[in-house]
Amino acid sequence: MASGRPNQLFRNKTAKIAAIPMILTAMVVFIGGTGWTVVYSFTKSKLLPKLEWVGLDQYERLWNTNRWIVSIENLAVYGLSMLVLSFVIGFLLAALMDQKIRFENTFRTIMLYPFALSFIVTGLVWQWLLNPEFGIQGIVRDLGWENFAFDPLYNADLAIFGVMLAALWQGSGLVMVLMLAGLRGIDEEIWKAARIDGIPTWKTYLFIIIPMLRPVFITALVLITSGIIRVYDLVVAQTSGGPGLATEMPAKYVYDYMFRAQNLGQAFAASTMMLLAVLVVVVPWAMMEFGGRKND
Amino acid sequence: MTDIATATAAASIGLPEETRTDDGPRGPRPVRALSRRNIMLYGTLIVVSIYYLLPLYVMVVTSLKGMPEIRVGNVFSPPLEITFQPWVKAWGEACTGLNCDGLSRGFWNSVRITIPSVIVSIAIASVNGYGLANWRFKGDNFFFTILIFGAFIPYQVMLYPVVIILREIGLYGSLTGLVIVHSVFGMPILTLLFRNYFTSLPEELFKAARVDGAGYWGIYFRIMLPMSLPIFVVAMIIQVTGIWNDFLFGTVYTKPDFWPMTVQLNNIVNSVQGVKEYNVNMAATLLTGLVPLVIYFVSGKLFVRGIAAGAVKG
Amino acid sequence: MHSVSIRDVSLNFGAVRVLEKLNLDVGEGEFLVLLGPSGCGKSTLLNCIAGLLDVSDGQIFINGKNVTWEQPKDRGIGMVFQSYALYPQMTVEGNLSFGLKNQGVPRAEIRERVDRAAKMLQIEPYLQRKPAHLSGGQRQRVAIGRALVREAGVFLFDEPLSNLDAKLRSELRVELKRLHQKLAHNTMIYVTHDQIEALTLADRIAVMKGGVIQQLADPHTIYNRPSNLYVAGFIGSPSMSFLDGDIVAKGDGHVFRIGENEIPLDGYVADNAIRPEAEAVFGVRPEHVEIVPEDQESASAIYPGTVDLDEPMGADSLVWITFAGQTLSARVDSSRRFSPGEKVRLGFNLSLASIFDKQTENRM
Repeated sequence: MASGRPNQLFRNKTAKIAAIPMILTAMVVFIGGTGWTVVYSFTKSKLLPKLEWVGLDQYERLWNTNRWIVSIENLAVYGLSMLVLSFVIGFLLAALMDQKIRFENTFRTIMLYPFALSFIVTGLVWQWLLNPEFGIQGIVRDLGWENFAFDPLYNADLAIFGVMLAALWQGSGLVMVLMLAGLRGIDEEIWKAARIDGIPTWKTYLFIIIPMLRPVFITALVLITSGIIRVYDLVVAQTSGGPGLATEMPAKYVYDYMFRAQNLGQAFAASTMMLLAVLVVVVPWAMMEFGGRKND
Repeated sequence: MTDIATATAAASIGLPEETRTDDGPRGPRPVRALSRRNIMLYGTLIVVSIYYLLPLYVMVVTSLKGMPEIRVGNVFSPPLEITFQPWVKAWGEACTGLNCDGLSRGFWNSVRITIPSVIVSIAIASVNGYGLANWRFKGDNFFFTILIFGAFIPYQVMLYPVVIILREIGLYGSLTGLVIVHSVFGMPILTLLFRNYFTSLPEELFKAARVDGAGYWGIYFRIMLPMSLPIFVVAMIIQVTGIWNDFLFGTVYTKPDFWPMTVQLNNIVNSVQGVKEYNVNMAATLLTGLVPLVIYFVSGKLFVRGIAAGAVKG
Repeated sequence: MHSVSIRDVSLNFGAVRVLEKLNLDVGEGEFLVLLGPSGCGKSTLLNCIAGLLDVSDGQIFINGKNVTWEQPKDRGIGMVFQSYALYPQMTVEGNLSFGLKNQGVPRAEIRERVDRAAKMLQIEPYLQRKPAHLSGGQRQRVAIGRALVREAGVFLFDEPLSNLDAKLRSELRVELKRLHQKLAHNTMIYVTHDQIEALTLADRIAVMKGGVIQQLADPHTIYNRPSNLYVAGFIGSPSMSFLDGDIVAKGDGHVFRIGENEIPLDGYVADNAIRPEAEAVFGVRPEHVEIVPEDQESASAIYPGTVDLDEPMGADSLVWITFAGQTLSARVDSSRRFSPGEKVRLGFNLSLASIFDKQTENRM
């Protein structure tokens, strides 16, 4: 008297119905939306999207636009220095915090709180701190060094580093926390063994601990990189891309062409380039992280 | 050093090594609180802490000064005369290009955006995670993988298609539309968080509940929910700070009437009209940062746990 | 009528075949133990009976009803898990009554059944406590109680004692046996990898490996007449010694030849016809080996050996001996001591030994 075998499609029916929002998000927004943008990057869309093919024209124009080239250069400079500094500062702070110090919670709270703040708030505070008249430069001059110059936000050569200073303030605590978690995950006995072998602390870090932290480094790398490529709010709040084009970024290029210049084709081509950049980082990582596991 | 000293001491009296009990080091090794190592360690930590704390300090002191005092002083000097006028103005009178309601309008908009967005996004994501952990069906992992990949796609790529979708269903520019957007873009990280949590619960509990006759929703509400309060708090922290701090979606998907606090703040501070009132700007900035800051300081360790959860770990 | 019947059940996970056309009948009131190493499919089979896993092929009957496609709750079973799986946010009483509430049993009856189960398992004092405030043994009693209140007639146990320490485990083992005596009409299917549990509790044991039942028999038969090499090696601790050799026809009967020694198979209890001129394995348990010092006269211990190692284990000692170039162990009273290198003579209790065909690995 067994009830009829349920149709395969309706087995686990509730579970499937409950998964509809997830399926829609994955298929319609993430796959569909991304595909749509890529497809329309090959069209002549201006104010409204329309399917008039122009081949690679948008990309050609993109790479011939000075503002885009400058944005990419800015992103490269900002990204590389941000990456290196995030790692170095994050790791050094984590190593400091790992010395069985007192008030560890207090120090961690202090280093991490900026991460709770929005990029808008971060940008505005640092805009004020770096104000040449009243900010750091003004104070040093008041102290007697009349020729002291520190006005990154008004100097086209330095502006990008002014943005970076703010970004590091906001995000380095996160890197520190990640790396500290990694350090704490390392077996105590490794340290005991190194102590008995008489290996100096710095050597232990360099040759034993850091290689063991590879997974944490990779996670941090992926997080920092995708954050770098997305950087938008911070620049809008702190410099609005200026002075001149000194702090323009690709994400801002996309936004401006999409909603201001009403040149959708350009915006789609630019965002497709951003997607490519992310894929270059994420796909190898995903293959390592998830692909390798099947062979274990 | 001490080892050599005791060894020579013992040798000089001519005692065999084993009987060396009276002199030489004994008991705990002496610890000096002010060793060079400690001075360097804590010195560095304090300098670093100043770098992190300075902007907060500057925001506070600037927001409590009058404009005349700002013009003559520097950003670090404490206010000679404390005034709350900038706070009042930032809250109720400061002008954007469009209106002069101050931040209060943005604050209430942010509240109206954040509360439903947090509830809806967590409800959807927790059910996703529960399904992925306990009610597997063919293909579910495929959708989940896409979802996780979606977390890395730059928002700019999906910005315009979402505009079109919202316009098609008539929600473009509305609060509901923005709630949907936040639920969609918050889904990857939250689903991952909940999936990992529910997977870590013993599977036998789920089996026992099935033998006891509970179904999909019965197990979710009666067994899983009551066991998972901490992870819901973590998810709430992630979402409240994330949504409150959002700027991009707020500008793209709402009308100026519904602009959240961050957008309102940026418009006040970076509006080019009139004289720059730095004290009002800083008060406004602080006000905007207040909600996430309070959450951060109250939640403490859970916030750290939320961050660790965000650090994608399959 | 059989209480639980399994007919040709197979289960595949992708390309992996976890259960292979299994057949099993469990009588009413029987205590059946599924025994095997981890990964042998025993827990999988139990989950299939419970309805927590769908079978790929075959049928499952419980109390005469085909339940192959039924939900777990409709199968008439109660289940006890290794990790207890108590709902942490509910009291003991809540845990016991959750399933009954889902079934829509009237409140008064729930009360009555919970009280009865609590009394039987002596957990009445803890009814209002949360599982976190119970000891391991108490938790396991509650878990058993949760299966008991369903009054289902079929109990499924999934390694219920594995999480307990050794002392508590042996106590609860005795209690389970008592419980089964009290609930004489209740069928119990019990999964474990612990042979002591299997041997003490079971009416019948099904030894499993690779998704196949290797032998299904009462504990005595399993222990003394294992049907193949695998079962022989898996059951018994310390385990059976195996000696390679071959069978030779001699006179009316056969002998097992190992090196220059010939062991006549006169008292041997055969399952299958003994095939002469075959390579075979002689299996003997340590307690069925007799050893005497070389200079002592003995009618039964006549084969020469050399002591390797004397391993005291409390009440008795395990003596490792080299015999014809192969190693075997013997169990002796711990008051007898042997030193390495000592020459001894060996004897075997043929009526409790087993001989396996080297090719088929089955008992002869």
